[in-house]
Amino acid sequence: MEIYLDNAATTQALDSVASAVADALTRRFGNPSSPHRWGIAASDVVGAASGAIARHLRVEQDEVVFTSGGTESNNLAVRHLARTKRAVTTAIEHSSLLGALDALEGWEVVKLPVDRFGLVAAGDVAQAAEGASLVAIGHVNNEVGTIQPIAEIGAALSRLTPKPAFHVDAVQSFGKVALRPREWGIDTCALSAHKIHGPKGVGALWVRRGLRLVPLLYGGDQQGGLRPGTENVPGIAGFGEAVRRLDPDAPARLARLRERLWTGISAVAVRNGPPAEHAAPHILNVRVDGLPAEVLLHALEQRGVACSAGSACHSRRPEPSHVLLALGLPPEAVMSSIRLSLSSLTTEAEVDAAGAAMVDAIASLRQMLHR
Amino acid sequence: MIILGRFGEIGLKGSNRGEFERRLLRQVRARLPKGAASQMRGGQVLVQVPDEEGERTVEALTHVFGLVGVMRAVAVPPDMGQITAAAIELARSARASSFKIAARRVWKGFPLTSPQINADLGAAVAEATGLRVDVHHPDLTLAVEIRSDVVHLHGPAMPGPGGLPLGASGRAMTLLSGGIDSPVATYLAGKRGLSVAAVYFHAFPFTGDRTKEKVVDLCRALGRYFGPLRLWVVPFAETQVAIRDLCPAPFATLLTRRMMLRVAESLSRRERAGALITGDSLGQVASQTLEAMTSVGEVAELPLLRPVVGLDKDEIVAIARRIGTYDISIRPYEDCCSIFAPRHPRTRPTREQVREAEAPLPVADLLASALERAERLLVQPAGSGFIEP
Repeated sequence: MEIYLDNAATTQALDSVASAVADALTRRFGNPSSPHRWGIAASDVVGAASGAIARHLRVEQDEVVFTSGGTESNNLAVRHLARTKRAVTTAIEHSSLLGALDALEGWEVVKLPVDRFGLVAAGDVAQAAEGASLVAIGHVNNEVGTIQPIAEIGAALSRLTPKPAFHVDAVQSFGKVALRPREWGIDTCALSAHKIHGPKGVGALWVRRGLRLVPLLYGGDQQGGLRPGTENVPGIAGFGEAVRRLDPDAPARLARLRERLWTGISAVAVRNGPPAEHAAPHILNVRVDGLPAEVLLHALEQRGVACSAGSACHSRRPEPSHVLLALGLPPEAVMSSIRLSLSSLTTEAEVDAAGAAMVDAIASLRQMLHR
Repeated sequence: MIILGRFGEIGLKGSNRGEFERRLLRQVRARLPKGAASQMRGGQVLVQVPDEEGERTVEALTHVFGLVGVMRAVAVPPDMGQITAAAIELARSARASSFKIAARRVWKGFPLTSPQINADLGAAVAEATGLRVDVHHPDLTLAVEIRSDVVHLHGPAMPGPGGLPLGASGRAMTLLSGGIDSPVATYLAGKRGLSVAAVYFHAFPFTGDRTKEKVVDLCRALGRYFGPLRLWVVPFAETQVAIRDLCPAPFATLLTRRMMLRVAESLSRRERAGALITGDSLGQVASQTLEAMTSVGEVAELPLLRPVVGLDKDEIVAIARRIGTYDISIRPYEDCCSIFAPRHPRTRPTREQVREAEAPLPVADLLASALERAERLLVQPAGSGFIEP
């Protein structure tokens, strides 16, 4: 039995994505900047991918900049020619966003607290954003799945003069939660391919037309000079295919699966984070009091179930998750918390089997430990 | 290219010398490429390798126990003109502003005495290169060793580990935990001529497979010195759970260590090992008092070697860094064995108390079960030091 429930860390690429990558490597292998037909074929691949992303987000195709992934997109998005050196974010952001903000030299970075569900209030953001140049917030938290009120925050920020730039890290929400960058007053939006069954090493930053950012890299004039270097055409081809395959019905199905999973384990675990209506459909964070998360993780792995403790990027550092601590969980509870995350490839049978495996693992560990 | 390996104390070992030299040569040869030649010559290891293999070979030979120094050398006939030309070239290629010549005349038939060679060669090299002669603090010491058929010139030696050739003192079983101390203890034992097999106690699911991977990587790193390393992975959760269930909590750590030693000793018979090596140090943690060591160590008949007992933590870390195990040891995978660690461990137990605490434990059954499920790996060394046979 092999059940992969760590889809917030990364997803399995679809076969059609792998084909698109292979096609771009072997058939449409030209350089998109070349004037001949080989180059044109490659630039068509890039154009088709940015078109697919633009249609999905209801934005313009030429506003999409391809990057090496979510981390680069978050790093690029914070590089503004700013009036003031003040940025506002929340305490529960992904390390790629917090790290990028902390690296801004001479900036004051305000990290707003969240409530026990992980929510930040739009009013608090607007108040803190007075005099700030940048507000940067994750749409969906990667550990507990909280959906922030991005539309409300965007509206509140629009009432400020001057209005700070608004960056949204949409790596976890893209394809799973409604996202309307233009209508919601967003300026930049970070996306990643491998969270939606695309390849690793490719992502995008949507940049509202007219907004100026300072590039991370210098070189040629590809992608308007904002991201020079020959485009990662195979990765972009795979990204485009993954976006085209996004199923509008998937979020509702994922939410049903998540609740089904929760029903299966609710007798042995405690749910962390937001109630269902404020949660992204693919993430379920639970704790089993008295069992260290790592031990439960290994016992689940033994039973063929993959999941994670905290976020995968941190799992080599056994420190309590900053996200769960910010939600007010005591450190012992944090160290006993695991994240189960679903994808559109997850089936009901898998969810049922994973729930049963977890119940079994917990029972046998408790017996071993008499707890 | 010619490479010279200098050995230290094995030169002193009277009648055993032949045996030691054979072991040393075997370790050297395991690291030589095809087409290389090696021999003992005048109290040194003399190696000839194709030029393109030179750098890799020197690096590999600095991991041979017994060698105190490894250096590249140039060979010329015993003729002053050719010696001078070679010395000039060596001096030019070195990044130095001052030098001295250190000649040694093994063959006394050479027409010039050592001081005369130093003076003549020094003058010629200084004139040709513009380097300054400084006999007290030279940047470069150019050694010239004169024999009847060949003269070797070489610059500074890369330090080797020293000690005794691998296996010269026998074989031992080393207990690797994944921490900083046990690889250093293993290295130090190896340096005194012990070949080793390793054992690691894997308490899955309380320790993850990443920890096992870490121990395998430690064996790979130690393999630069030891060659391919036998590693026994012994499943140990069952034993830990039994100790927790059946024995008084304050003794849990001591009893766990007693079981580890019993398993290690059983495996030593299969490995023909004559001693056990641990990374124990005095006073770091509760199980490392003299009383704890006594009551743990009594279960083993084999001698228990604790090579790091005389070292401070800083010294252990310095060695770990030098031998390339430190960065592996500090990988922070959670070791959930801590959930078995008693809150108030007994620090100064008597042997009688420990035996009494252990009485309810089915020692023989647990031992048999652990041994039956033990996994036997052969870990290949890291890097390119060893040549595939």
